[in-house]
Amino acid sequence: MAIATVFFYLFAATMIGSALMVIASRNPVHSVLFLILTFVNAAGLFIIVGAEFLALILIIVYVGAVAVLFLFVVMMLDVDFAELREGFLEYLPVGGLVGFILLIELLMVIGAWVVAPEATSIVAKPIPADGVTNTEALGRLLYTDYIYYFQAAGMVLLVAMIGAIVLTLHHRPNVKRQDISAQVARDPFEAVTLKDVKPGQGISL
Amino acid sequence: MFKEVVIPAGANKGVFLLAPLVTTTLALSAWAVMPVAEGWVIADINVGVLYIFAISSLGVYGIIMGGWASNSKYPFLGALRSAAQMVSYEVSIGFVIITVLLFAGTLNLSEIVAAQRSEWGMFGWYWSLLFPSFVIFFISTLAETNRPPFDLPEAESELVAGYMVEYSSTPYLMFMLGEYVSIVMMCAFMTVLFLGGWLPPFEVAPFTWVPGVVWFLGKVVFLFFMIAMVKAFVPRYRYDQLMRLGWKVFLPISLFLVVAVSAYLVFTDSLPA
Repeated sequence: MAIATVFFYLFAATMIGSALMVIASRNPVHSVLFLILTFVNAAGLFIIVGAEFLALILIIVYVGAVAVLFLFVVMMLDVDFAELREGFLEYLPVGGLVGFILLIELLMVIGAWVVAPEATSIVAKPIPADGVTNTEALGRLLYTDYIYYFQAAGMVLLVAMIGAIVLTLHHRPNVKRQDISAQVARDPFEAVTLKDVKPGQGISL
Repeated sequence: MFKEVVIPAGANKGVFLLAPLVTTTLALSAWAVMPVAEGWVIADINVGVLYIFAISSLGVYGIIMGGWASNSKYPFLGALRSAAQMVSYEVSIGFVIITVLLFAGTLNLSEIVAAQRSEWGMFGWYWSLLFPSFVIFFISTLAETNRPPFDLPEAESELVAGYMVEYSSTPYLMFMLGEYVSIVMMCAFMTVLFLGGWLPPFEVAPFTWVPGVVWFLGKVVFLFFMIAMVKAFVPRYRYDQLMRLGWKVFLPISLFLVVAVSAYLVFTDSLPA
């Protein structure tokens, strides 16, 4: 258990440290890289509590796909740091006010936090007792008890995907597109014509 | 090894040196869950397939970081290409893995190999049951590990050496090491998923005398030879053709395969327990 404790503090400390660096570092690409470090450490914490499936899904989905797109976009941005610093003082009062209000609200919420007495009894361990693996337990729960919610979540994602495609797809006229099957189906007889040029006379193509 | 490391003046030093480290470490760490023979595995975890998938999806960071931190044109173009390429081919690799998992009924690599043992010998392994999956996985592996004909991130005729242009001596060596280790790793992964891991081709006398690790290594070397052969005789793809192949050909086929395999298993009532 001692090793687990050591690793818990290691992961937790690195996670908080890198989460701070996400907002503290000047370079946005560094911010994204620290965000990735945060995700990886969160996955480490998941593994410590025994939720290995969630940990690996977190890495595959967030680190392997979402953060790659973040990094992709941030690298393409042309950030002008001088301009950013100029605007800093101008927006400081408004930003500071919003931040202060949020801080007060958070403190009030944390101060008034009461855990419902029935909540402690329904907290389940991530590893079921009867020798079923984590992945199987999760699958059973998702595909039997909560199948309608699962399908509804899938539909929401589908709608979001179709929405994104509809918003960004423009069919412009006069754009040349490649038609692979037409290219493959071409044969020499329709691609090449033989013209017999008489001596002394040109031909018009 | 003892040559001087040249770091370009405009490079982002920390990230520049971190990128080859990330590539090599990730490539080597994936081997932790790979079973090379019966019981010969460092970490026999229940989600071995997901672990390897996660590690190989992280491999793109070494390339993106290296390309960005070099702060010059060709590496950056190479990094952008690789980001799009590796993410797109991961999707079809994921679906292909699902078809194997549907047959095997487990995410543990050793148990996947054990599930391929049958009286049919080598024809009971998943390459024959799931031949289209095997082909798609093989081609996607080429794209995932940036091998020819999909080596666009480092296409020397267009981008000099892609994301590796600015690297020299040890960082360059670590990039190459990571790249080749991950190729062998993907070959080993393919061996476990489709070629029956350490199982002999037939469970009869002369084949069973050979130890399992020899069969495993033989299969890995065979797949590596296939990848090297593809490099020798296939011309490089154009970038839009690469994207078309990934998204418009492999993704629909592998998605259809998932549906077809699960329908087959449900209707013949042969789902693994």
